[in-house]
Amino acid sequence: MNRLQPRRPTGRKITNLLVAIWSVSSALLGIIILFWITQEVLWRGIRAIDLDFLTHLPTPPGVSGGGMVNALAGTAILTLLASVVAVPLGLWGGIFLAEFGQESRVADNCRFAANVLMGLPSIIVGVFAYALLVVPLKNFSGYAGALALAIIMLPVITRTTEDMLRLVPNTLREAALALGLPRWRVTLAIVFRGAKAGLLTGVLLAVARVSGETAPLLFTALNSPFWPRSLSEPMPNLTVTIFDYAMSPYPDWQSKAWGASLLITVGILILTLTTRWLLRERKR
Amino acid sequence: MAGGEGGFAARPFSLSSQEIKLSRSENPAFSEVTVGLGAETAKRHQKDRVYRGDTVFRGLTAGCALTIPLLMAAIFIALLSYSLPTLREFGLHFFLSEEWNPVSQQFGAASSIFGTLVSTIIAMVIAIPLSLAIALLLVELAPPGLSRVVGTLIELLAAIPSIIYGMWGMFVFAPFMSSHIQPLVKRWLGFLPLFQGPPMGLGLLTAGIILSFMVLPFICAITRDVFQMVPAIIKESAYGMGATTWEVTYKVTIPYGLVGIIGAFFLGLGRALGETMAVTFVIGNSHKISASLFAPGNSIASCLANEFAEATESLYISSLVTLGLVLFVITYLVQVVCQLMLKRMYRAWSVGL
Repeated sequence: MNRLQPRRPTGRKITNLLVAIWSVSSALLGIIILFWITQEVLWRGIRAIDLDFLTHLPTPPGVSGGGMVNALAGTAILTLLASVVAVPLGLWGGIFLAEFGQESRVADNCRFAANVLMGLPSIIVGVFAYALLVVPLKNFSGYAGALALAIIMLPVITRTTEDMLRLVPNTLREAALALGLPRWRVTLAIVFRGAKAGLLTGVLLAVARVSGETAPLLFTALNSPFWPRSLSEPMPNLTVTIFDYAMSPYPDWQSKAWGASLLITVGILILTLTTRWLLRERKR
Repeated sequence: MAGGEGGFAARPFSLSSQEIKLSRSENPAFSEVTVGLGAETAKRHQKDRVYRGDTVFRGLTAGCALTIPLLMAAIFIALLSYSLPTLREFGLHFFLSEEWNPVSQQFGAASSIFGTLVSTIIAMVIAIPLSLAIALLLVELAPPGLSRVVGTLIELLAAIPSIIYGMWGMFVFAPFMSSHIQPLVKRWLGFLPLFQGPPMGLGLLTAGIILSFMVLPFICAITRDVFQMVPAIIKESAYGMGATTWEVTYKVTIPYGLVGIIGAFFLGLGRALGETMAVTFVIGNSHKISASLFAPGNSIASCLANEFAEATESLYISSLVTLGLVLFVITYLVQVVCQLMLKRMYRAWSVGL
């Protein structure tokens, strides 16, 4: 009969309180880590950045001064080239998934492959670009680096394009089709315009993702201490420069690696926050 | 390019010049097809040109979408074909041997596979309880305004590039580990074989901890969605019976969204397995298997990152690519499980209730 007595709530309430405390402290830990990292990057990076850093070529270890303007330019070129390949492919692929592929098996498989490809380690993509371009051309090259980055961008753009086109209300499509427009014009002229901000977000998201990538560039674009002259040569870039400099025994180079880290982090945080802001605008 | 052939003839009537340029670069056969069709066929197409233009459009977009699965297949085939020399040379022994010596051309993947698994296990053991707790806070405990701020901050953890985690890990966190955390662990748990050896800061344990911070936002984001998607009426019934927040979570929310939560774990798992730069900075890079988590080790990804650019002999390169193939197969399987779980969840929830 004892079982029918109401249980005393003390134990349950204590468990609940402990879980709440655990929750709060977990979140605090995450936030502390975030601020710890950004603070270190800011602190150590700002000391390395001056006008020379942004306008000069690297110097050999021991020689003071010098910067990494070539790596900045190289990263910009690689990202741009990758975008030129991946953005149109991704946009058009996204159109197929959103406009023609609601129920189709082919589209389902594409979607599945895109999700899997997004989760594949980026270093594997680097190995693929190495096998595809570096080995046959017998040379590390900007092309191989850009290819690797484009492969990483492609599924991101495809999937966000699909999601953004889906958000465009069907009534808009129907209204345009009722005017006698062919489907392709409806998509390109009406649906695309409606989803403009969203599509831009997808592209920015993909750019933010690849501009911090190091692993796929390590053995495709490699790195170089000179200006990027040709795409068929090793290409200087910020992230691999960070890796090389950080692993070097010279304090001056390590400090420069922090400077480059600051540039990358600030750039990516700005891009990420912009996309979040754009998305929120959209939802409104 | 389904139905493409008929569509090409119709293009001059229905597509702008820009479209033609785009599709021509897509398909070199374009001009031949157009030339090959007679006037009569063209007239027939003109009648229903709207639909023909759409067929082309559909075909083109499908072609773009299909590059993704084709890429997946191409990656697998390329990795496999470059791995063949290694597999022929060492056979199954490659996966069991610990020896990795580029000078004597002896290669074995055991230490890399071991390091990958151990660092991933550490990462998941830490990240799972943390991210579940944070998701719980965001959905159930915190007021909406605070929840949005905290949620954004946690998501920003995912935006920080891997190499920044590496820099921070090597220059800041590893010294912190060796001076504060590791001596403490050694004092309390030093009798275990897991925590032997000098507290150097670099090693499997540090790599695992940093990995856990990196995968946490990914697991947390999906778990949060799952918690949010549980219908309020179910939760409210439980609250109405006097259940505490924890009891509702433990007995209602988690069982209800279990499939999605497992999917989130697998997503994090896939991330942790293939994470490269952060691990490369802090794991210590040694091809030795050691029982102690304080000891340096290596993972598949860190080994590729460190050695690939220097490798010149074909067997060396092939062995590295084989490591890559192993990683590809593992992460592919993890991703497939993850996608199936998440898909099942979303499908179940869009139909039911």
